[in-house]
Amino acid sequence: MSLLAAVVGLGDDALVLGQRLSAWCGKSPWLEEDLAMANTALDFLGRARLLYGYAEQLGGCDEDAYAFQRDARAFTNLLIYELPCADFALACARQLLVDAFDVLHLEKLCDSADANLAGIAAKAHKEARYHRRRSAAWLVRLGDGTAESHCRMQKAMEDVWGYHAELFAPVEAEIGLVEKGVLPDRAALRPQWLAAVSATLDEATLELPSADWQVDGGRRGLHTEHLAPMLAEMQHLHRSHPGARW
Amino acid sequence: MVDAADALRDAQSRFEQRLTRDERVEPKDWMPDGYRRTLIRQISQHAHSEVIGMQPEGSWITRAPSLERKLILLAKVQDEGGHGLYLYGAAETLGASRDDMIDALHEGRAKYSSIFNYPALTWADIGAIGWLVDSAAIVNQIPLQRCSYGPYARAMVRICKEESFHQRQGYDIMLTLARGTAAQKAMAQDALNRWWWPTLMMFGPPDAESDHNSESFAWKIKRYGNDELRQKFIDQAVPQAEVLDLTIPDPELAWDEASGHYRIGPIDWDEFRRVVAGDGPCNRQRLAHHRRVREDGAWVREAVEAHADKTRARGLRARVGTGSR
Repeated sequence: MSLLAAVVGLGDDALVLGQRLSAWCGKSPWLEEDLAMANTALDFLGRARLLYGYAEQLGGCDEDAYAFQRDARAFTNLLIYELPCADFALACARQLLVDAFDVLHLEKLCDSADANLAGIAAKAHKEARYHRRRSAAWLVRLGDGTAESHCRMQKAMEDVWGYHAELFAPVEAEIGLVEKGVLPDRAALRPQWLAAVSATLDEATLELPSADWQVDGGRRGLHTEHLAPMLAEMQHLHRSHPGARW
Repeated sequence: MVDAADALRDAQSRFEQRLTRDERVEPKDWMPDGYRRTLIRQISQHAHSEVIGMQPEGSWITRAPSLERKLILLAKVQDEGGHGLYLYGAAETLGASRDDMIDALHEGRAKYSSIFNYPALTWADIGAIGWLVDSAAIVNQIPLQRCSYGPYARAMVRICKEESFHQRQGYDIMLTLARGTAAQKAMAQDALNRWWWPTLMMFGPPDAESDHNSESFAWKIKRYGNDELRQKFIDQAVPQAEVLDLTIPDPELAWDEASGHYRIGPIDWDEFRRVVAGDGPCNRQRLAHHRRVREDGAWVREAVEAHADKTRARGLRARVGTGSR
């Protein structure tokens, strides 16, 4: 895998989750939460722009070409980021899993042999620590809230659980960049991640899902059926006016 | 013993002196019931407008045509929600509760700005809303920074600053479209055609027909009439439309040398009354969305309360436990 492809993959992760989170603005359980969801979405969208900007420097295209002019098969985000999660419990479950991953992954990426990636990671890591605090707090409130919220949260965690394995499974081509110290070794992060997630689930009085099903394919462009409709909505206007400036 | 009637007269006189001296009335000060009611009505309706106003623009966040525009629009809609929060907070200082204010909205006892009952059909509408609707809001709100009620006036200072960013981003969208492809320019003109008249209606009915005017002036909540503010907006917007090279959809629009103002054709007040009464293009949709979101989130709010109760109880048990050792 080239450095360019790796940077675009990370950019796609951030963009796709940013797009999903941005759809919550005006639909969350509280006005305060609308603002918080929007803040989180802005962090991920901002991160996507930094990564696409770096991809352009590496000889790729510009950020809008990456975001708006590729079909689903060309996106290389991991599947967990593209799940619709239109239910608040699902959104919280997914967010905890990815925030806990981000904190560990970005901390390592700060030491990347690639100075640009290290710089982007340094900024993103600060945001990720805050995101994790927030998503852990939500998990505890909902897991240890009412009987209904407990059931919803447990079910949501089980529904997204099978998508977490991909966070720790580097695609074969990524391994060369890991050996050069450009990318962190994802697989090595899993024990610490599992300990952190288990501790939060425990505090939230939730069970760690036992099922070991897993789905992957995002980095190879093999997505869920949810990505293409999301892109259709996101890209429609841009693609309807080829060459226009906005 | 101080006679209750004397005490009331003293309080009334202090309130009136404060207004005369252009000083701010603060939450703990005595105020007439009518003043309190008027402010709760006005501030809560202002808060509802900000929150309902998130819907037409919010629907374009996921469809914005570039990443930069997506970020700006998301931040803008987030600001509107923030304005809603300050304003609900300001109304709460008068003893209103947010739940009650939202019930009043859902039951149709409280209104919000009629403008948000029009649909945002194209991306250019995001430009037109920022340019026209936010400009109109600024014209309306600048005098409110000097409103006699302190918390409302202070909220307005911050809101006006943010609104001026919003206005500029809207105008920038319009400028980009107007100087873009023929299709983009047509989109911008279409948006101006649809938003111009509803924006003029935002200032409310002509002063002669406005229900709440006289007391609001006496209480220094309101300082300018609807017609004067509307004229100020028109005088600003017409030259801006000229820079965009877009046509304001009013064949009678003309510069009046004698008065130094632009004159406009007649406003369709029947349409205004219809929209305010609940029969505009999106009234039902806007309220249904707000209700649905509140219902969907009920289990989350209940869980948060239950968790807070449990945490308090545990804290109490822990303290009792420590004390007994």
